Amino acid sequence: MIENPIDSHRISATFPHRLARDAAGNHANVAHARTRDEGRRSRAGAGSQKEGGMDIGIEGLHKRFGTFPALRGVDLRIPSGQLLALLGPSGSGKTTLLRTLAGLEEPDSGRILFGERDATRLNLRERNVGLVFQHYALFPHLSVFENVAFGLRSRKRRERPARADIQKRVLELLERMQIGELRERLPDQLSGGQKQRVALARAMAIEPSVLLLDEPFGALDAKVRIELRRWLRHIHEETGYTTVFVTHDQEEALELADRVVVMREGNIQQDGTPEQVYEEPANAFVYDFLGRSNRLAGNVRGGMFQADGCGATFACAEVADGAAQLYARPHDLALVATGEGLAANVIDVRQLAGRYVLTLELPQQSRVVEFDVGNDARQALPARGDLVAVRPLRYRVFAGSNGDVAKKG
Amino acid sequence: MAGTTDVAINQALREPAWLRWLLTAACIVLLVGIVVLPLAVVAVEALRQGWSAYLTAIADPDTRSAIRMTLFVAVISVVVNATFGIAAAWAITKFRFPGKRLLLTLIDLPFSVSPVVAGLVFVLLFGAQGWLGPWLKAHDIHIVFATPGIVLATIFVTFPFVARELIPLMQQQGPDQEEAASSLGASGWTVFRRVTLPNIRWALLYGLLLCSARAMGEFGAVSVVSGNIRGLTNTLPLQVEILYNEYNYTAAFAVATLLVLLALITLAFKLWLERRHADALSRRRGRH
Repeated sequence: MIENPIDSHRISATFPHRLARDAAGNHANVAHARTRDEGRRSRAGAGSQKEGGMDIGIEGLHKRFGTFPALRGVDLRIPSGQLLALLGPSGSGKTTLLRTLAGLEEPDSGRILFGERDATRLNLRERNVGLVFQHYALFPHLSVFENVAFGLRSRKRRERPARADIQKRVLELLERMQIGELRERLPDQLSGGQKQRVALARAMAIEPSVLLLDEPFGALDAKVRIELRRWLRHIHEETGYTTVFVTHDQEEALELADRVVVMREGNIQQDGTPEQVYEEPANAFVYDFLGRSNRLAGNVRGGMFQADGCGATFACAEVADGAAQLYARPHDLALVATGEGLAANVIDVRQLAGRYVLTLELPQQSRVVEFDVGNDARQALPARGDLVAVRPLRYRVFAGSNGDVAKKG
Repeated sequence: MAGTTDVAINQALREPAWLRWLLTAACIVLLVGIVVLPLAVVAVEALRQGWSAYLTAIADPDTRSAIRMTLFVAVISVVVNATFGIAAAWAITKFRFPGKRLLLTLIDLPFSVSPVVAGLVFVLLFGAQGWLGPWLKAHDIHIVFATPGIVLATIFVTFPFVARELIPLMQQQGPDQEEAASSLGASGWTVFRRVTLPNIRWALLYGLLLCSARAMGEFGAVSVVSGNIRGLTNTLPLQVEILYNEYNYTAAFAVATLLVLLALITLAFKLWLERRHADALSRRRGRH
């Protein structure tokens, strides 16, 4: 095990919320805190030896609904034990991909491999996947205990564990999920977060090849959502199941997953670690989808971007000459002395949950620019109607002029 | 919150007292006139000549045979409709297939066809002059003017009850629970027995209740196919008609009280279901 505190520090600085998780998510056999990168590597390397883990392979998956192409040739390898997020707007094919993995949809072409086994034609029952539905789909007439025991009790007599074993395994699982005291309750008597835990326990009870979660936090309120996210991460590190979850919430994907696959119109746009997709988005769509963003239309000439109607230029060595767009996050802008940046007119100043947001209008730019004012600039906060100059501290330039490329779904 | 809103609406909609009383009184008069009075008449007429006459009328062999026939037909149609209704609702709500709308319309057809026409259809199909008549005769199979004809006609008119009750409920519930159960490894039968059936049991019971009430009370369709053979092919409603036509009023009303009794039991049961298990029945109940 290689210790790399510097790497850990870098990641934690970018994603401060990770720090708490790394501390909480220690495996019992690892004495020291380690970065998630290393954890990911060791888990991927362990292959199918790890408890509950199995490599998943997806090859050239196509699926149409009538004339609508939901998946257009998706290839993906998911190493054993990985926690992967399928992220995208509605209609991007992420849910279809999950349902195809589960066996709820049959692909028009392509293959699905569970380990070495071709699972493409296996039906839902034979596939042994742990499914967690967005609205949990708990059995309303069965107690929490019976819901979790359902999979074991439904096995053919030959494969069914003895009554006492079922009892023991279900109780252990309920304890692990911290819902042991709820075992006699009916689903109607549970909160959303508790239902989610029961649904996950029920899926895990059959020791699935892979856990598939459809918008696992979609039906919960914001506070419970964050708490459950941390809890799910913790459970994942304890059990090591290969897990795929679908979400349209970029924050959820970035915080929870080892790996984020961004989808759009049935294709994978980018596939990488949360750090990679956030810091180095492959294209304008990914950039725009992963957070609030500002876009300036302009041109690149000789490796310099110039926004329409503005004098300042910005280096972008790798972008070819022609129409291009500059993207910058609202918190990556700074006020500068007049003449050194982009001249802009302040058309609105808002205070939102402890921060100030300026809305700026730039000449010849159709989109307004949002600017989250940092703590240091708060003393000299401009007022509505002021003329200011701003400069993006960090930005990305993408070739092309089509504004729709970055449209959010 | 909801409570205060309700009160506000009620106050906003409040009509003058005299109008409210007038409307309520009109309702009561109408109900007494066309529902309560006739029922009372049935009871009074049945008992006009005393209890012993009443019991004699009911103990008559032909009447007892009609009771048996009615219950037999009701049981068969309940069983058949339960099976068919569940199968149809399952197919319509869980699968995608061409002709789904057509199937839905066909299920509804018996509601819009006059029962007499339904009875005639079977006569034309299975009767001596009907399409299959010669063949049936050659094989000595009796359908029309026999029990099978009555059962068929009754099933036809009660066809939609269970399916109409289950389809909206199962649509509302969606396929998630069944999918979850299958993914946990349960076989089709286990999914049905342990997941689907518990979810639809009250709606199913409700549908079967409506179905059996209709089966026991059906007159038109059964009247056409039965042939009114006393002691053989008469159901209770047909028996009432025969007795009435023979000016045997006491007996006719006595038998009628049995039908009223069955209706009241059904009604009580239905009320209990609606109160006790309203949440398990579909919220989109339409026409009943």
